[in-house]
Amino acid sequence: MTDLTSLTIAEARDKLASKEFTSVDLTNAYLGAIDAANSVLNAYITVTPEMALEMAKASDARRASGQVGALEGIPLGIKDLFATKGVHTQACSHILDGFKPEYESTVTQNLWDDGAVMLGKLNMDEFAMGSSNETSHYGPVVNPWKAEGSNTQLVPGGSSGGSAAAVAAHLCAGATATDTGGSIRQPAAFTGTVGIKPTYGRCSRWGTVAFASSLDQAGPIARDVRDAAIMLKSMASVDRKDTTSVDLPIPDYEKALGQSVKGMKIGIPKEYRVEGMPEDIEALWQKGIAYLKDAGAEIVDISLPHTKYALPAYYIVAPAEASSNLARYDGVRYGLRVDGKDISDMYEKTRAAGFGTEVKRRIMIGTYVLSAGYYDAYYLQAQKVRTLIKRDFELCFHAGVDAILTPATPSSAFGIADEALAADPVAMYLNDIFTVTVNMAGLPGIAVPAGLDKKGLPLGLQLIGKPFDEETLFRTAHVIEQAAGKFTPAKWW
Amino acid sequence: MSVDLATVKRVARLARIAVTEDEANRMVGELNGIIDFVEQLSEVDVTGVEPMTSVMPMEMRLRADVVTDGNKADDIVANAPATDRNFFMVPKVVE
Repeated sequence: MTDLTSLTIAEARDKLASKEFTSVDLTNAYLGAIDAANSVLNAYITVTPEMALEMAKASDARRASGQVGALEGIPLGIKDLFATKGVHTQACSHILDGFKPEYESTVTQNLWDDGAVMLGKLNMDEFAMGSSNETSHYGPVVNPWKAEGSNTQLVPGGSSGGSAAAVAAHLCAGATATDTGGSIRQPAAFTGTVGIKPTYGRCSRWGTVAFASSLDQAGPIARDVRDAAIMLKSMASVDRKDTTSVDLPIPDYEKALGQSVKGMKIGIPKEYRVEGMPEDIEALWQKGIAYLKDAGAEIVDISLPHTKYALPAYYIVAPAEASSNLARYDGVRYGLRVDGKDISDMYEKTRAAGFGTEVKRRIMIGTYVLSAGYYDAYYLQAQKVRTLIKRDFELCFHAGVDAILTPATPSSAFGIADEALAADPVAMYLNDIFTVTVNMAGLPGIAVPAGLDKKGLPLGLQLIGKPFDEETLFRTAHVIEQAAGKFTPAKWW
Repeated sequence: MSVDLATVKRVARLARIAVTEDEANRMVGELNGIIDFVEQLSEVDVTGVEPMTSVMPMEMRLRADVVTDGNKADDIVANAPATDRNFFMVPKVVE
């Protein structure tokens, strides 16, 4: 029998349907793979084998009775940001020590309702604040990819680093992830996987630990475009518990695959050609352009003049919202408590001990920009700039552009504990330079692997679409995937 | 605008995060680096521009103002570090 963990969701779905194996077989294969790899890769922070096998058994029973959901029997990994009833949910923070929610997030409930099986909770940057997975309370995740001839351990990107690494290393069939400034697309690009951040409002945020509420969106990281399409369809829903979730029909995204891109207008924004960008990235971009041109798409040069303001605006809006959202961690209702001489002292000591350096830094920035006298100069100004960023995109779409093609990241994966990045927070923030505009405008964006750099590390391209036009992204990304092929790391762990 | 040590301590107090003298000193440099970086936004002309509120123009959904949930005090306090008969316990606040 082939290694069951090498199958995509679509392949496993077909073989489960033809009774080649059961969900219990498939789940056991993944549990074995996790067991063998996790001490090295650190992708999972909690594995739930009993629960997984119970869910797999229930799935097999449902199948036997003719009840087959869209993800029936498919084992998935869940980012630690999603509330899972009775199971470790800490956003990989020390401050949520021991937290086991009494409720289930809407996104994960949707997956279980469609028959999926949970393998465990995945590592991530603390409260999703980071681009390398190094801010996790549970230590960094190791990227399954290594540069050719090198033994240096690389980061898988972040914040959904555990999700991306687990998918790339075949430790789950697919994973949930979230994206506030690039946290799905950057790790997908660093690991040769596919990640889509849908339009803001496509997935419910209910039960997802909040970072920056006007930017946070859930989405899948998967092995290929088809799997991402299958997963997103299950994850998305309108939800009365999240008033920002949108009541629009959810298309069968998988049907968009294989449709032609002939005559489609693909915009190439000149502002994404940044100074100091490695030539590998530029070459990859040109390759992507050529793939789409060959498939009959029309390539047009466009301008998004406010691009350079997206990252600075993000570093006002996101910390401001985070400082407010994270005010709830005070040692009273859940998680860690450090006793103090009075209640204020308890709050301060709890938060000092419970939050990591990066989270504290962002709470401080957020508190500062929202403090008396600075609100208009920073937060209001940033929200106005956001309108301009969004308008840039709208003008392009109005002019007939169907999707925009850019690199996903300014580099391939970098080393764990990179000294230059550790010394300068802003240098780390620049990782999100191509992805953050999409969150600021609320648009959908997909990262699809398109090649390897000179070091043999995967690189991704990003496609940006119109609001709620994820179908065009899947269709176009699929064309790139067909041309570029898929990328799997050589197993060393 | 630049952030000095006194400002860092004031902001830390507002954020309810205890900081040591060393941490506060380190944060002065870090926060100034970030503030300098975001400062470039001030060069954007936003005359007549409304702040962004939503991706798609949408009306806030309303629901009837009725009780839809409740009677789960046990669930609510289940994760609290200190409780007593479904109350959250905190250090004494009023003398």
